[in-house]
Amino acid sequence: MSSSSLLSSQSAASRKDKSSVMVPDDFMWQGYSALETQWRVERLLARYVACIDDDNLEEWPSFFTQDACRYEIITRENVERGLPLTLVFCISQGMLADRIVSLREANIYPQRWYRHIVSSVMIQAVAEDHLEVQSHYVVLQTRRNGQTSIFSAGKYKDRIVFQNGELKFSEKRVVADTHSIDTLLVSPL
Amino acid sequence: MNAPMTSFAKPWTANPDGYRVPYEVFTDQAYYDQEQEHIFRGETWSFVGLDAELPNNGDFKSTAIGDTPVIVTRDQTGQLHVFKNLCMHRGALLVRESRGNTKSFDCVYHQWSFDLTGVLRGVPMRRGVRGEGGMPPAFDMANFRLDALRVAVMNGLIFASFSKSVEPLADYLGEGIVANIQRIFNRPIRIMGDYRQYIHGNWKLYAENTRDPYHGSLLHLFHSTFGLYRATQKGFTYMDPSNRHCLLKATASAAPTSASEDQEVYKDVRSYNTEFHLQDASVLAGRPEFEDRASLVINAIFPNLLIQQIANCLAVRQSVTHAPNAFEIVWTLFGYADDDEEMQMIRMKQSNLVGPAGLISMEDGEAVEIVQDAVIRDGKKTSVLAMGGVHSGSVDHMITEGPIIGFWENYARYLNLGADLKK
Repeated sequence: MSSSSLLSSQSAASRKDKSSVMVPDDFMWQGYSALETQWRVERLLARYVACIDDDNLEEWPSFFTQDACRYEIITRENVERGLPLTLVFCISQGMLADRIVSLREANIYPQRWYRHIVSSVMIQAVAEDHLEVQSHYVVLQTRRNGQTSIFSAGKYKDRIVFQNGELKFSEKRVVADTHSIDTLLVSPL
Repeated sequence: MNAPMTSFAKPWTANPDGYRVPYEVFTDQAYYDQEQEHIFRGETWSFVGLDAELPNNGDFKSTAIGDTPVIVTRDQTGQLHVFKNLCMHRGALLVRESRGNTKSFDCVYHQWSFDLTGVLRGVPMRRGVRGEGGMPPAFDMANFRLDALRVAVMNGLIFASFSKSVEPLADYLGEGIVANIQRIFNRPIRIMGDYRQYIHGNWKLYAENTRDPYHGSLLHLFHSTFGLYRATQKGFTYMDPSNRHCLLKATASAAPTSASEDQEVYKDVRSYNTEFHLQDASVLAGRPEFEDRASLVINAIFPNLLIQQIANCLAVRQSVTHAPNAFEIVWTLFGYADDDEEMQMIRMKQSNLVGPAGLISMEDGEAVEIVQDAVIRDGKKTSVLAMGGVHSGSVDHMITEGPIIGFWENYARYLNLGADLKK
């Protein structure tokens, strides 16, 4: 991927999603029926959020493709203004891994737990080598005092590929409605 | 709300072993209310935005000075205005959106309509309906202009003031700060976007934090963890003569320190480690773009602005107060309009370092909150500021708390006197 394509994918053209776009009910993808594909995608998302919420963050980079991948958290506010700035911007497995080492070894932040709730998983495009999938998320945060609040709400815009017999994210774009970050954001969403 | 003002009488002490500030300044509503009147709505210039945010005639944004909501707009002739975001009729928020483009500000409550210069242009049913109602003859639309603030623009930075008497912006900032603004805002910028960070603490804890070069290598351990930081890097600490503003600057071109010297400096530090290495160091890759080759510039401008250059990561941070124990930082990151694609990518990657998810800056929010939480019932206890000697003023190093002392000296003048600001 050249840097220009990385930046242009955040162009104003992506400001408004046509979220209602859905593929036909009866597609086949990588030999799987539509139903099984949906099930596999939902299982991938379930494993992904369990990895984060169970604090197995060292495994988090392995949900992404090895060669080239992209993970970003951007606010809906910036998206709707057509601006590229992301809260987190990783375009290699190394950058994902460095985030986790930094979180474990360097960064100072309050003790807290995350709990992801993912819903409305919708396959929006089926190409030979990838799927485009949108889902909604809510992340609840429980602070040291035991109180739980909504930390972030938004949606995932995922590009999912089949690699070595497993589904992987080649791109995961977290579009957060919550653009006022409560103190800080250390774990991936 | 009505704590006795006598509590403001000389709460600060400066002794040979330290300068002391009572914690009640961070928790007491009375201080907060005085700050709103004497600082944010007093003899100061507050940052309200970048003119690149309002490129077209008719553009507007809503923001706040302290906790007073304001509108920033560019009228149909290109002139910038800042108004209180308050309808002259019954006090409703006139602008309810964050941003937009408009020909007029129309209150939704009774549709009073103001043009972009603040003049009241329309009052529905002013002459009544079928002879009934209507405004009295004495009602003169000319008397209901929006409350306008003074506006000054420097190199694309928009400032506003409630004061009719504050000195001109350039004098308020002083030569050294103006020079830094000219250094960073040397040509048209391109806005990358905003972060908003809500912190459950007092805004002045962040003002201290951004005037505190002492904490840099001790709280923020990203660099030291990955064996990258040199505490001994050369820098200086500049304060303008009024002690309002502070400029911290470190250069990358200073002679590198030895590993043994770093180990000595860091021997008490919990996370100095050369065992970890970045797998993808491109997050730190950059291009020198300033003649002085400074790698770190943190310029705090009283009362609500910080201008930052960390490598190629350029930003302004605006503080908006909400309560004694709550404020928000609005970060606007930017590059230059003439950045090539590689440079845009460098800035995107380096944006990982800053903001509420910043690898080297996320801790500041936590640092504010752990003080706020601890001092809640100890208002008469004091902090102690002593590193570098018990004095404010410029020094040619960064191992100092002098700028924080300067901040409080200036703060005390604002809260106690208001009129006697000129040193």
